[in-house]
Amino acid sequence: MSVDLSQFHQVFFEESYEGLDVMESALLNIDCSNIDSEAINEIFRAAHSIKGGSGTFGFNEIAEFTHVVETLLDLIRSDQFVMEPDHVDLFLKSVDCIRTMINELEAGGETDTTLADELRAQFNTLLDGGGVSESTESVEGSSESSEAAQGWSIYFKPDADVLRTGNDPVRMFRELSELGEIDVDCVTESMPDLGSIDPESCYLAWNIILKGNVEKTQVDEVFEWVIDESDIRIEELGASHSEQDNQSETVETETVAETAEVLSPIAAEPVATKPSTEPAASAKAPAAAKKESKPESVSIRVGTDKIDSLINMVGELVITQSMLNELGKDFSVDMMPKLMEGLEQLSLHTRELQESVMRIRMLPISFAFSRFPRLVHDIGKSLDKKVELILLGEQTELDKTVMERIGDPLVHLVRNSLDHGLESPEARVAAGKDETGKITLNAFHQGGNIVIQIIDDGAGLNEEKILSKAIENGLVSPHDHLEPEQIHDLIFQPGFSTAAEVTDLSGRGVGMDVVRRNIQDLNGSVEVESKPGEGSMFSIRLPLTLAILDGQLIRVGQQVYIFPLVSIVESIESQDQMIHRVSGGCDVLRLRNEYVPIIRLWDIFNVQADHEKVDDGLLVIVEGDNIKVAVLVDDLLAQQQVVIKSLQENYRSVPGVSGATILGDGTVSLILDISGLIKLAGVGRDSYKKITESDDNEAA
Amino acid sequence: MSEQQDSKIDQINEEVVEAKIEEDTDQYLTFFMGGEEFGINILSVQEIRGWEEITSIPNSPKQVLGVMNLRGTVSPIVDLRYSFGIKDLSYTEETVVIIVSVETDSNPKIIGIVVDAVSDVYNFAQSQIQPSPELSQTNQAQYVKGLGSTDEKMVIILELSEQLIADPEQSTGRQLLAS
Repeated sequence: MSVDLSQFHQVFFEESYEGLDVMESALLNIDCSNIDSEAINEIFRAAHSIKGGSGTFGFNEIAEFTHVVETLLDLIRSDQFVMEPDHVDLFLKSVDCIRTMINELEAGGETDTTLADELRAQFNTLLDGGGVSESTESVEGSSESSEAAQGWSIYFKPDADVLRTGNDPVRMFRELSELGEIDVDCVTESMPDLGSIDPESCYLAWNIILKGNVEKTQVDEVFEWVIDESDIRIEELGASHSEQDNQSETVETETVAETAEVLSPIAAEPVATKPSTEPAASAKAPAAAKKESKPESVSIRVGTDKIDSLINMVGELVITQSMLNELGKDFSVDMMPKLMEGLEQLSLHTRELQESVMRIRMLPISFAFSRFPRLVHDIGKSLDKKVELILLGEQTELDKTVMERIGDPLVHLVRNSLDHGLESPEARVAAGKDETGKITLNAFHQGGNIVIQIIDDGAGLNEEKILSKAIENGLVSPHDHLEPEQIHDLIFQPGFSTAAEVTDLSGRGVGMDVVRRNIQDLNGSVEVESKPGEGSMFSIRLPLTLAILDGQLIRVGQQVYIFPLVSIVESIESQDQMIHRVSGGCDVLRLRNEYVPIIRLWDIFNVQADHEKVDDGLLVIVEGDNIKVAVLVDDLLAQQQVVIKSLQENYRSVPGVSGATILGDGTVSLILDISGLIKLAGVGRDSYKKITESDDNEAA
Repeated sequence: MSEQQDSKIDQINEEVVEAKIEEDTDQYLTFFMGGEEFGINILSVQEIRGWEEITSIPNSPKQVLGVMNLRGTVSPIVDLRYSFGIKDLSYTEETVVIIVSVETDSNPKIIGIVVDAVSDVYNFAQSQIQPSPELSQTNQAQYVKGLGSTDEKMVIILELSEQLIADPEQSTGRQLLAS
């Protein structure tokens, strides 16, 4: 039996995480006054698979702990135990505990069972306190099995087929002999005549006496593989029935005493424990975040239908390819239409194939949303706020990599809404609102993007506070007149926080700018809308996938660059009367009612261009970071989908360039990064400020 | 590209493959730059290509000519001659690009280096390589690992690093600008 089980560990971990997620979301949905038996069943099944898996792989700490959880669930399921809200919390804690243990195992470390033992004690009290005969029995059973006996008498009669299934009794005896001293007595009574013996059958049975301090589970383990196809009787050596009863009774009382002892400090200090959980939680949070980052990009579960459609597509592709091959062998001009047809088919199949492959990477956003019910539940509790979380558009699909990287920014935004957005119940009632606050997570597709909104019905952004803080930090000058949107946008500036006190949740000021930067790294954007007294809405806009981009090819001199199509607002042929020269060397384009700074691509990229003057070139109006700029180019070429290749992989990041791609002719073309371009050209909002400042200085 | 050059490249490409089989021998691919012969460990060589037009990168350091498509990966192309202060930077039929894998802290980077011409493959035992004399702290000295000598000639053995694509103005001061 030398199968290397460790190769399956990763799968077990992943399945367990999934199971834990299922348990968690089902637990959060439980309404204690009206328990849905299907939900309990779901939790039970998930717990059961984790127990089974961990047992198989020898993760006994997890198996034992999950067993206790499962026992209580089983009682609830069979209506022998009444579930109360406190119990839901206990179950949630156990889910966390199992997750931590699996995390530790995955990291290759030892599991810390302190928390598990503590929780198990609580479970056991519940099981005992339930006063249900069956529950005591199960405790008795478990304590009995863990109690080591002086030895075992085993009768083992395998089926005649046992050898054919690859199980060798001798091996089992050898295993038993490793556990303790064994005495094997062979029973040959069912042996047929020598003439009628089938050499591949087993006619023997054995009486085995195993002496030593061995647990029953260990003995069971030896026969684990043959238990279904043999007659096995395992009895304790020398222990008469009454003795056994006594023994288990004492064990039982001991357990109860023990649990009471463990419990008493908890029960005695309900006030003391409460505040102490907070620093513990905060200490745990970074550690957990670190651990969570590890399982990124391990594997992906794909529905068989998606794989099937992929195989179909590849089949078609192979057929087309062989057809073209055939055509190429003996080609003449009159076969041209056929060739064109074949090529058309090829391009069709390639596109379909590309789409199918992309679809494999797409997961519904519910994967990212699923952690929020728990998060909101916990944070709401710690802040004493009543919150209702509404999830909309959970089936909206999103690329897995994008999903993985949007998780943290989303958590941050939701925490912010809870902490700063929603008011306390009293304040809400005073403001004439329902005391339960609402936080809505909404996701939907718009164009080639996915939009995720975090909406709260809290107090909205405090514009005065933001403004005074910004003036204090020197982000804006007191004389500036800012539109409400501009004020709202200030919260995304680095080092900006209006929280009066630094709390565990938010207020350290390293928040929103990181959120914005993370989202921008994904080629996305984040905006905030807010109305005083009515709440605020954060909208995150993200590309569906990071691998492919709709691009507009443009030419500057000999160079071909690519603008992401989503960033292009419009393209115009410049006319002299629309260009205004502003002092400070920055030209602006008057576009209807706006003044848009002009960027000369040839200038900032140091390349030769056909049109160096603004007057006779084409201007592409692009938007990045909420700033519009007009980029001077020589020519607009095709629009096409391009596969994004990393420049960093073999080179390094280049300002103004987000990546590269390979065009149809095999040459490399660079994909432009609009916000990078704006920074490079120095025409962003900051530089405007600088220009005005320097003008002031000169005037002085 | 001339046929002669083609066949030479083929031959060397074959030797590259052979060298990878016999890992315990230290083989060096040598090439010419500005009339001098340089060598790099053949195990770091991925392939040798002829010179072709490449896509320039805006505002890149002077020695980085641009990027090239190497069967789907985008790799920077560095003119090693510029890094070594060689004045004659012509791009002819003989000019070749050696694709090397350069060790970094994380994943190795695939970088193309432009040289005048490839020469030969030599075997050098460790004893045949003398440590380089104390060179002044110039930009190019950082790549020189030692001097390998055969009976008739001497080869400058290089060990290339990530510094190839670094901006000399930022990393090693103004030597290059001054030169």
